[in-house]
Amino acid sequence: MELALDVASWFCLTVGAALCVIGAIGTLRLPDLYTRTHAASITDTLGAGLVLLGCLLQAGTPLVAVKLVMIYAFMLYTGPAAGHALVKAAYARGVLAAGIPEEAQEGERPSESDLPEEP
Amino acid sequence: MNMFAVAMLGIVVTMLIALVRAVKGPTVFDRILAANTFGTKTILLIAVAGFLTGRPDWLDLALVYALVNFGSTIAVLKFVRFGDLAHGDEDEGARSVPPAGGGAD
Repeated sequence: MELALDVASWFCLTVGAALCVIGAIGTLRLPDLYTRTHAASITDTLGAGLVLLGCLLQAGTPLVAVKLVMIYAFMLYTGPAAGHALVKAAYARGVLAAGIPEEAQEGERPSESDLPEEP
Repeated sequence: MNMFAVAMLGIVVTMLIALVRAVKGPTVFDRILAANTFGTKTILLIAVAGFLTGRPDWLDLALVYALVNFGSTIAVLKFVRFGDLAHGDEDEGARSVPPAGGGAD
């Protein structure tokens, strides 16, 4: 039983850490903000979830387990909210997506004069 | 090698790559994204470090970092978008402001 828990922890922690690194490489190499946000969200949900699950399997007391679940639940709520706010602000500011002609992206986007100056 | 040490190594590498993105930019939103990633990985790092040293009480610190990280990301985004932290709800959604007539602010 002990050995099985250790093996499961090893698996979760290493796969979770590997997913974090892959997501970070994505944020470094992808061409524009919107795709980078997509790569970063992987590390926020699956990477963090697997790392915390690996810790959860090693938790000695129920209190520790509850704290780990609370951390993950909080990250599940705040990660998408922060990502949505980020992309919404970037879109309103006129950040362009890569690979699409600039004229095709204008649409109903506000002109620069509608927004306050960037600090 | 301890399994928590392996996980910490991966998380530290992730944080370093996020720092590279934060320095390279090019827009302020890329930097905010990198800072958010960095903060999330800080939470994981503290949690795993607590298990590595056999003191899971550190999870309290990780919870506080999670709260602070979310608040700071939203605050910086609001500041960048509106240039003012005390922006009211009635001006929310600057995209819907009609372009003519100087409606914004």
